[in-house]
Amino acid sequence: MSRRSRWITLGAVWGAVVVAAVVAPFYLEGFWLQTGLFAMSAAVGAIGINLLTGATGQLSLGHAFFLAVGAYAYVYLSTDVGLPTPLAAVVAVLLAGAAGGAFSPIAGRLKGAYLGIATLALIFGGQHVLFNAEPLTGGYNGRPVPPMELFGFVFADTPDLVLLNVPFGALERLWFLGLLVLAAAAAFARGVLRGRPGLAMNTIRDHEIAAGVMGVPVARYRAGVFVLSSMYGGLAGVLVALVFQRAVPDYFGFLLSLDYLAMIVIGGLGSVAGAVIGAVFVSLLPQLLTRYSDSLPLVAEPGSGGVSPAEAARILYGAAVVTVVLFLPGGLLGLATRLRRVIPRIKELRWPNSATAPASRR
Amino acid sequence: MTTFLELLANGISVGAVYALIALGFVVIFKATEVVNFTHASLLLAGGFLVAKLHPALGFWLALAAGVAGAALVGALIEFLIIRRARVGSHGVLAIVTIGVDILLTTELTRQIGTDVLALGDPWRDQVLHLGPITIAETRVVALGVAAALITAFLLAFKFTGWGVAMRATAEDAETAALMGVRLGRVSLSAWAVAGALAAIAALFLCVFPTPGLDRSTTAAAMKAFPAAILGGLDSTTGALAGGLIVGVTEALMSGYQSQLAFLGRGIGDAAPFLVMIAILLFRPAGIFGTKELARV
Repeated sequence: MSRRSRWITLGAVWGAVVVAAVVAPFYLEGFWLQTGLFAMSAAVGAIGINLLTGATGQLSLGHAFFLAVGAYAYVYLSTDVGLPTPLAAVVAVLLAGAAGGAFSPIAGRLKGAYLGIATLALIFGGQHVLFNAEPLTGGYNGRPVPPMELFGFVFADTPDLVLLNVPFGALERLWFLGLLVLAAAAAFARGVLRGRPGLAMNTIRDHEIAAGVMGVPVARYRAGVFVLSSMYGGLAGVLVALVFQRAVPDYFGFLLSLDYLAMIVIGGLGSVAGAVIGAVFVSLLPQLLTRYSDSLPLVAEPGSGGVSPAEAARILYGAAVVTVVLFLPGGLLGLATRLRRVIPRIKELRWPNSATAPASRR
Repeated sequence: MTTFLELLANGISVGAVYALIALGFVVIFKATEVVNFTHASLLLAGGFLVAKLHPALGFWLALAAGVAGAALVGALIEFLIIRRARVGSHGVLAIVTIGVDILLTTELTRQIGTDVLALGDPWRDQVLHLGPITIAETRVVALGVAAALITAFLLAFKFTGWGVAMRATAEDAETAALMGVRLGRVSLSAWAVAGALAAIAALFLCVFPTPGLDRSTTAAAMKAFPAAILGGLDSTTGALAGGLIVGVTEALMSGYQSQLAFLGRGIGDAAPFLVMIAILLFRPAGIFGTKELARV
């Protein structure tokens, strides 16, 4: 493919994605909108953890905690303190970052899987706090989340709003907020990864000593990336809370952290697109299985004793994590890239005399 | 004072069980440099086998089957997955073990469901009176068995050919291979041993005063992670010390919960992790861990 035609294809693909995303709420029913919104918030969180684990090589099993900080800080600040909701959201993200910063003496010094075990403390300590600090978190039953209100526009079912004959409820409105937040989060992370910080992070992952010798402050970078990724976690937490309309402590447990790790491994470690693809995959899978459980073999309806959709999804993506690492280094994103390289080559084999033999395959 | 001694005795006994789990964890790390997150599910697999087989086979045979089964599962994970994964960094291997853990834990907890499975142990709920202290018989047995197993393991580590091969691999895998140590066998045996130790630990985590094996057993098993890391991931001594620290802290914190009410309910479950953080703040490599140094 020539350079120009590649730009055209790329533009067409992106155009299609944007159009599909904007049109979606006019056609999809509530169930899928909600699933899509979860996927968006998961994507934001996964981008954050991919900066940490994929790009810098630091494992974290504690990111569910930062989601909890974001969600509960938003609830607390907007309900109890009475901050305007957008400000509450921003401060919630900053607080999640501060929580990550408070962990930085550990996040900066430990590397890789060691850090993974240490961050288990965030989960178990966090769960303890969530269940016990009742005035703040509502204890076991959680707390209702006030809807976001931006310049007088409320992201809730009331007041009624009908656009092109489609009633625009909370989910439809949040859909666009989610898209904007995700786009901004992705653009920022892409900037970080493509610039000097990204190079430094990759060098730390690949060879810590070499990074240090070349003048990268390794500990400070590790701590910094940890803070950044915890802010992404907090942002994802705020989004999840807005979609759920209720924050319950149980949700922010160890399994959620595992979900996030599965996302980045399946999607592709170290890139923004990989995180987004993985997040969509892992969030859609259980919902798809739930929706079509009666027509799928081996999957039983919930509560009937067989493999429930949630369990089947978990087993599937546990297996996906293993398969991806064994056979598809680079994840689904890596698979797409490889296919893109292989397909022209196959064409070349089929028509050896073809005039369009690629001069620049890359 | 009596309460304190009782709690301490219980703590040491539970700590010895954590030390067993942590020891397996450390052995795998030393032999293959993989941080093994499947450990909790290995433990669950061992316990599950014992619980399911004891009505048919009787307790002792079931225990043997559980130990063998968990060892086999460990060996299979190494043989089928860890050995085949051609990845650059050990961090990615840790993520693979997380994937395996998701698989195993989901399936096992699904099998267990909401049941609480008894393990059919011969000690039941008998208690011993040692002077003023009352302690469950299971706790005494746990301490004895754990101490015996740990001693046997450390002796084997020091004096047998297998132990020498293992230590040589941990020191420098490449040189060990050149000297004729079969790395595949070393790592396979490490996983098998870790599985067997985890199965024994599962038994003692699920007997009286715990009601039995249920979904929450994995959570109990996860307390061995802080035990392993606070002692130092590459140190067998560290695993023992870590296990005891975690066990005693947990027992004391839960025992004096009413006096520590300001810390909230269930502080005993969070305590091992808080202790780990406190220790890692001062010694990032753990108490007995070797600090990584590099000459540039």
